[in-house]
Amino acid sequence: MPKPESCRFAQTHEWISPENGTAVVGLSDHAQKEITDVVFVDPPKPGRKLKRGESCGVVESVKAAFDIYAPVSGEVVAANEALTADPGLINKDPHGEGWIFKIKPDSAAEMDALMDYPHYLEHLKSTAAHGDH
Amino acid sequence: MSAAVFQLKRTALYSRHQALGARLVDFHGWELPLQYAGILKEHEAVRARAGIFDVSHMGQFEISGPGALGFLQKTNTNDMAKLAPGQALYSHLPNEKGGVVDDVIISCLAPGRYFMVVNAATREKDLAWLSARIPEFDARLTDKSDFYSMIALQGPDAAKIAAADYPQAASLPRFGAIEAEIFGALGLVTRTGYTGEDGFEFIVPHAVAEKLWDRFLGLGAAPCGLGARDTLRLEAGLLLYGQDIDDEHTSVEAGYGWVVKPSKGDFLGRAVLERHMKEGVSRRLRGVKLLGGGVPRPGCEVFLEDRAIGVFTSATYSPSLRAGLGTAYLVPADLSAGTRVSVAVHGRRIPAEIVPTPFYRRQGAKNAKA
Repeated sequence: MPKPESCRFAQTHEWISPENGTAVVGLSDHAQKEITDVVFVDPPKPGRKLKRGESCGVVESVKAAFDIYAPVSGEVVAANEALTADPGLINKDPHGEGWIFKIKPDSAAEMDALMDYPHYLEHLKSTAAHGDH
Repeated sequence: MSAAVFQLKRTALYSRHQALGARLVDFHGWELPLQYAGILKEHEAVRARAGIFDVSHMGQFEISGPGALGFLQKTNTNDMAKLAPGQALYSHLPNEKGGVVDDVIISCLAPGRYFMVVNAATREKDLAWLSARIPEFDARLTDKSDFYSMIALQGPDAAKIAAADYPQAASLPRFGAIEAEIFGALGLVTRTGYTGEDGFEFIVPHAVAEKLWDRFLGLGAAPCGLGARDTLRLEAGLLLYGQDIDDEHTSVEAGYGWVVKPSKGDFLGRAVLERHMKEGVSRRLRGVKLLGGGVPRPGCEVFLEDRAIGVFTSATYSPSLRAGLGTAYLVPADLSAGTRVSVAVHGRRIPAEIVPTPFYRRQGAKNAKA
């Protein structure tokens, strides 16, 4: 599964990584730490068409719900079934077994427009400085 | 986050929470730990071993004088005459309509000397409410809230931990109360709590709070925050004032008729409460457990077929039951356990059923209701 260095990131803290013509989507390590213990995940269903930035699922902790947004437009081709039995995979392995769904992107350009890892880290620093959370 | 417009109040344990890396939140004007290691870990620690909670935000009143008992009888639903020195009792402060001004724990320290623990958010309201009703009694009420810190030690290992330094406290019966010297200061220990586990609440002057906290940590108790406190108390069927009970719902509607003792004589709201007990109620706080995935929150609606029958007052993911659950005032009030309902969560209807409360009961627990 993709290391953060090989992923692109949305401002809303999803990572995306190309994989054989599709792409895997998950939540960043920063996001899972903010959310804390994940106790329920409702990922988008395979076959659903998503627009970039669209709210497409939810990740819940004991205290709060967090929306998942589509980092790129495309069609959902798989959802991580393992999260039903063990939602905590998002905390334990956010870039690995805690992946959330797979998407067939409409275009490669949208992916290129997302932040790379160094830029995402910069983004976190600047939002922390502005107290975005 | 915008700049705070007023300063949050901090407890004597604030620097401890910071040092432990707690995530702090505003709770009714107090800056308190939401969690340290995580809500699930803390919840599990209290169910399986022991945890400590800083509950110093809670209020404490002393009530004393020859008329103290009469005053408490008038302003409480429960029967204070049953309270001998060294005993504590859970009670509701009723209003004239049978609604609940607050839920409290009252300890009898000596004949004519009582100690009342009240909720943080209602401290001022309770003080005004009680002060307005005390003049006709030969009794005095003093707000001691600014003087005391309060640490709850909870879990199956709580007695073992308490016994290390306070063997007398550790041998208290459930709802026993004892004054104790704690690091040289006079405090009160009660065998009470808000988790559904065995446990104690230590009420001590601020000056010794850090020492007591550190001692319990050293003896293996896990620091626990408001997040776990809420999941633990909800599983145990314990009410949260302001959510589950308020001035508009009676103790009987809340399913707490057992704290109402009409036979003791006159008290505020007695007529309404007695009627609710005799004739039944049209709405009642009931337990609802989700049968599908999803985390319900306060405010989620409960449906019987297509009819909305109530709204969750409290709701969460239950770490012990590994399911979403909550409590709601339901109309009709007396649906039998097992009745299939559904709950609207994020626009989806999740199948659920009516279940008895408490949702969770510790092993070997006797019915603590008195």
